Amino acid sequence: MTYEPVIGLEVHVELSTKSKMFCRCSADYFGKEPNTHTCPVCLGLPGALPYINEQAIDDCIKIGLALNCTISEKSLFERKNYFYPDLPKGYQISQYRWPLCVGGKITLDSGEIIRINRAHQEEDTGKLTHKGKDTLIDFNRSGVPLVEIVTEPDFTDVEQIRDYAKKLQQLFRYLGVSNADMERGDMRLEANVSVRPEGQKELPSYRVELKNINSFRFMVAAVEYEIKRQTEALEKGEKLSQETRGWDEDKRQTYLQRSKEEAHDYRYFPEPDLPELILDQKKIEQIKKSLPELPWDKSNRYKELNIRVEDAVRVAESIELSQFFDDALKHGKKHGVKPQDIANYIVNKKPDIEKVLPTQIIEDIKDKKVGVIDNNEQLEVLAKQAIEENKKSAEDFKAGKENAIQALIGGVMRLSSGKADAGKVKEILTKLLLEIKN
Amino acid sequence: MSLSRNQVKHVAKLANLPLTPQEEEKYSEQLSKILDYIDQLNSVDTSGVEPTFNVSGQENMMSEDKLGDCTISQEDTLSNTPKEERGFFVTKGVFEG
Ligand SMILES: [Zn+2]
Repeated sequence: MTYEPVIGLEVHVELSTKSKMFCRCSADYFGKEPNTHTCPVCLGLPGALPYINEQAIDDCIKIGLALNCTISEKSLFERKNYFYPDLPKGYQISQYRWPLCVGGKITLDSGEIIRINRAHQEEDTGKLTHKGKDTLIDFNRSGVPLVEIVTEPDFTDVEQIRDYAKKLQQLFRYLGVSNADMERGDMRLEANVSVRPEGQKELPSYRVELKNINSFRFMVAAVEYEIKRQTEALEKGEKLSQETRGWDEDKRQTYLQRSKEEAHDYRYFPEPDLPELILDQKKIEQIKKSLPELPWDKSNRYKELNIRVEDAVRVAESIELSQFFDDALKHGKKHGVKPQDIANYIVNKKPDIEKVLPTQIIEDIKDKKVGVIDNNEQLEVLAKQAIEENKKSAEDFKAGKENAIQALIGGVMRLSSGKADAGKVKEILTKLLLEIKN
Repeated sequence: MSLSRNQVKHVAKLANLPLTPQEEEKYSEQLSKILDYIDQLNSVDTSGVEPTFNVSGQENMMSEDKLGDCTISQEDTLSNTPKEERGFFVTKGVFEG
């Protein structure tokens, strides 16, 4: 008999809000002196009362909308009770029966659809460091906003898991809700793995939770190991049971952390200190409108311009690169430069989009004989003229709006018919503007 | 409604409370009485009544995402702990699981 894996994923992502989920301590804890971003609320001192961070709720809704979820009109927080030193209150404020976002989906590159069960809002725990016989606790991370995204058990191999994780990471960055850095623990994965005879419709009677695995690479290795271990066990006629397992990188195998008998009993109940959230359609519409064009929508749009699939995906990698590409497309259209040629240029030459302007690469493509002006005197004349023509931007820049320099760079590029070396132009403009300032 | 010794043990374990056999006996009696009281409340007919989870009647109480003045010093944070080390709370070793 052949067996097929049944895998569901839980992704936790830390939001990059300024303050924590239920208090106004700084949520920027990474690398900070331990226990300096703490207050009675996030230390769980008696009598302290939580207060919801609105930005975190908005960010959770953004994630939900981008994953095609329905946003719940009524949403409630609950207490998830368990005893562990990283949890000062003895419970984590999370969501259970009334999550913020329910029932979405995401399409993988392969075209396969992964159904999203829910995306809910919760808080992070403190950070434990094990040292000899002691455990050290830092509560700077306690109460940092966390969104948990739970899929249906729709994954059947690790390739899908890789693609899904990559897509979520990209999405979080596009939405600007998290740095989603897996090394730093901004984004963490848990997997529920089981195996069933191929063709069987019902879910297996057990599932193995892979938890506390702090590297994406190890998680993939653990899933692969579990698929093999479970398949072999079933082939031998052994019965598998519900349990939680971790990953031992030295032995390159999973190990039992908690059996069914020791399973947690979280005794969820509604958090009495937090009033319910009632979201009206207007607010949800407003957030929907604020969403950027999503990475997969971008690459689909590029594909329609007859750009090769892999290039379409590449230029949509980050929101900054895709904006650069969009600008280049616009200019390219005016000058009859084909979208695929622009994509080629970006993929092959990897221009530094901080320094080069989209108009410039169009010029480059147009007259391959690169007529770049990089003569300092010549550029300085053009830069002075651009400042003269756009005093407002010059003033803005001097007042601290760093972005205002883009308009001036644009001016120089226009004056030079796109031939000026944008990197140098920026340097020269900065020098000139700072001179005038002093 | 009575709570068995085993249920009391389970609840104590979840809360990480060490109970002596005498305490287990005592608490199973006391907790059973509390459940009896809840049973009394259960005798009220609440069919068709929406559950209430919060009696304040408020909704959407939220704060702007900005730093506040709630944060206390590391010294104050650690002031109640019997053991600290380089700014960390120190507790008996825990192993994952
Ligand atoms: Zn706090």
